[in-house]
Amino acid sequence: MDYKVAYKMPRSLSGKQFTYCPGCHHGIVHRLIAETIDELDLREKTIIVAPVGCSVFAYEFFDIDGTVAPHGRAPAVATGMKRARPDLTIFTYQGDGDLAAIGTAEMIHAANRGELITTIFINNAIYGMTGGQMAPTTLLGMKTTTSPYGRKAEKEGYPVHVCEIIKELQGVAFLARTKVTTPRDVMTTKKYIKKAFQAQLKGLGYSLVEVLSTCPTNWGLSPEKAIKWLEENMTKEFPLGVYVDKVGDAK
Amino acid sequence: MNKIMMKGTEAIGEAAIRAGCRLYFGYPITPQSELTEYMARRLPQVEGTFLQAESEVAAVNMIYGASSVGKRVMTSTSSPGFSLMQEGVSYIACAQLPSVFVNVVRGGPGLGDIQPSQGDYFQATKGGGHGDYKLLVLSPSTVQEAADLTGVAFELADKYRNPVLIFADGLLGQMMEPVSFSDKKVSYDNSSWALIGAKNRPARQVTSFNIDPYGLEKMNLELQKKYKLMEENEIRYETTLTEDADILIVAHGTMGRIAKSVVEMARKDGLKVGLFRPITLYPFPYEALRKSAADVSLVLTVEMSSGQMLEDVRLAIAERTRVEFYGRMAGVVPMPLEIYEVLKQKIGRRS
Ligand SMILES: Cc1ncc(C[n+]2csc(CCOP(=O)(O)OP(=O)(O)O)c2C)c(N)n1
Ligand code: SF4
Repeated sequence: MDYKVAYKMPRSLSGKQFTYCPGCHHGIVHRLIAETIDELDLREKTIIVAPVGCSVFAYEFFDIDGTVAPHGRAPAVATGMKRARPDLTIFTYQGDGDLAAIGTAEMIHAANRGELITTIFINNAIYGMTGGQMAPTTLLGMKTTTSPYGRKAEKEGYPVHVCEIIKELQGVAFLARTKVTTPRDVMTTKKYIKKAFQAQLKGLGYSLVEVLSTCPTNWGLSPEKAIKWLEENMTKEFPLGVYVDKVGDAK
Repeated sequence: MNKIMMKGTEAIGEAAIRAGCRLYFGYPITPQSELTEYMARRLPQVEGTFLQAESEVAAVNMIYGASSVGKRVMTSTSSPGFSLMQEGVSYIACAQLPSVFVNVVRGGPGLGDIQPSQGDYFQATKGGGHGDYKLLVLSPSTVQEAADLTGVAFELADKYRNPVLIFADGLLGQMMEPVSFSDKKVSYDNSSWALIGAKNRPARQVTSFNIDPYGLEKMNLELQKKYKLMEENEIRYETTLTEDADILIVAHGTMGRIAKSVVEMARKDGLKVGLFRPITLYPFPYEALRKSAADVSLVLTVEMSSGQMLEDVRLAIAERTRVEFYGRMAGVVPMPLEIYEVLKQKIGRRS
C-alpha cells in the first residue's frame, strides 16, 4: 500500500530536541519559521541571529547557519551581516527583554533604516530564561519576581507596545502582532512570517512579527491556563493585527 | 612609490581600503571623526559600505555581523566609545571573528577631554571586556607606520581569526606626514568558517557560547593556544641606539616618537641613552626588552598615563635594573626637553 506523507518535520529544523518547557510557544513559532524558509527555498542562504533568552539555543534548532548575538544586539549583528552579504537572508529571533528593554535602540534604528532583515519577536510579558523577572511588556498588576507586588504604572511605567511604537517609522515594510493559541492563529502567524520574509526578499524594508506567547513556567500556570490567561489579558493590552503591510497580497 | 601628505586618521582609512576592507561601521567621536568621515567619502567610491551606527554598542555588533559572514571590516573610535564596545569585543574574541579596531585614545577617565593620551593601555592589553581573551594591539608612532600597521592588522586578524586593535592617539591622528601605500594584491578567503549559507555542507555556527563548562573550557584552551602562537610569532618592537646605551628609555606610539628626540639631545651631550619602542603592546616584547636592558643602569619608562605600560616593563626587567617612570595624564603630552630634564635628575639623584 502507498502512503503519502501528510506531515513531516520541516527541512530547516535540525531535529534537535527543543529545550523549551511544556506549553511554551517558542517551539511552535520555530516550526512556522522553518516551514516558511522551506517554502521560500531559502534554507541554503538564510542565517539566524539568536538572542540571549530562552531561545538562545535557537541557532541549534534550525538546520541553517547561525550565531548568537549579545543580549539585545541581534538587529545590529544582522545589519552587519546584511550589509556585508546582501544576497543572504537574515533574521533575528528575540524575546521581549532582549528586544524591548536592553535592545530597544538597536531594534528601532534597524527598523528606521529599513534594514533588509526580519525580526521574529516573542512577547511573553516576562523574562523567561533568568527566572521570571519583570519585562518591559509585563502587564500592569502582573506579579513577577522583581515586581512581587504587581507592576505599578507609577513605579515601573506601562507595558511597552512595540508595534505601535515602530509603525510610524518609514523604514518598516511589514509589521504585525499575532498569537499561536488556536489553529487559526497558527495559520495567520505563518502567513505573517512569510510576508515578513517576503518584505526582505523584495527589498521593501524592515519586517517584524510580534507573537504573543506563553511562559507557563514563570507565569506559574498550567499550559492550558496559560493560553487562557494570554487570551484574556495579553490580547487586551496588545491588539492583534497587521500594522504595516507594504508587501500586499499575491494575486 | 608615490608619497602623499595625509593625516594619520586618513592614512589609516586609506590603508584599510588598500587592505581590502570594504565595510566600515562607526559612531562619531573626537579626536577621530576624520577617519569616520574619510570612510564615508571613500568607501562608496570603491563600492564599499559605510554605515553610521546609532552607537558604539551597535557599531561593534555590526562588526560582529559583517565579520561572521567572512568580510574584512573595521571600526574606529576614541576612548569612551571603545569602552562601550567592550562587551562586543569580548564576544568577537570568543567567537574568533577577524576584525580591526582603531582607538584614537584621548584623556580620561570619564568624559575626560579630547587631547592625546595613552591611558587606555590596560583596557587594550589586559582585557577591557569580560573573560580570558586578548586583542593583538599595535601602537604606531608615525603616519607611515600607522598606514603600514593597518595593512598588518588585517593580515593578522584573518591569520589568527582575532580582533586587532590599532592603539593611536590624537597627536598621531591629526599629524600630517608624507605617506605611501602598499599596492600588494589583496586576497583572503574566510569561506572555511564563515556563515554564508548551509549549502552542500552541514549547518555551521559561530558563537561565543557553550553552556557546558568543559566545552567552554575547550574553547578557551583553543584561544590560549592561539595567544601563545601570537606571542611566539608576532612580537614587534624598534630599538634606537641601544647597543652601547647606559640608560634605556621605554616608550610606545607617539611617546616613542617624542622619546627619540630625547635620545638625540642626550647623545649630543655625550649621554649614552637608547630607546626601546614596543610596537606590539600585546604580545608585549618582554624578552627583547630584557635583552636591551641587560647592560643599562637605568630604565626610564615614559607614557601619557599614570604608568600603565610600566607594569609590563617591570615584569620584563624584574629586579635586575632600576626602573623609573615619568608620565603626564589627561591629555598633557610630555615634551622632549621636559623628559630630558627628568632623565638628568634621575641620574643625578643616583650618583
Ligand atoms: C548584558 C546582559 N545582561 C543581562 C543578561 C541576563 N539575561 C539573560 S536572558 C535575559 C532576559 C531574557 O528575557 P526575554 O528576552 O524576554 O526572553 P525569554 O527568556 O523570555 O524568551 C536576561 C536579563 C545577559 N545575558 N546579558
Ligand atoms: S521559561 Fe518560559 S519562555 Fe522559557 S522555555 Fe520555559 S515556558 Fe518558554
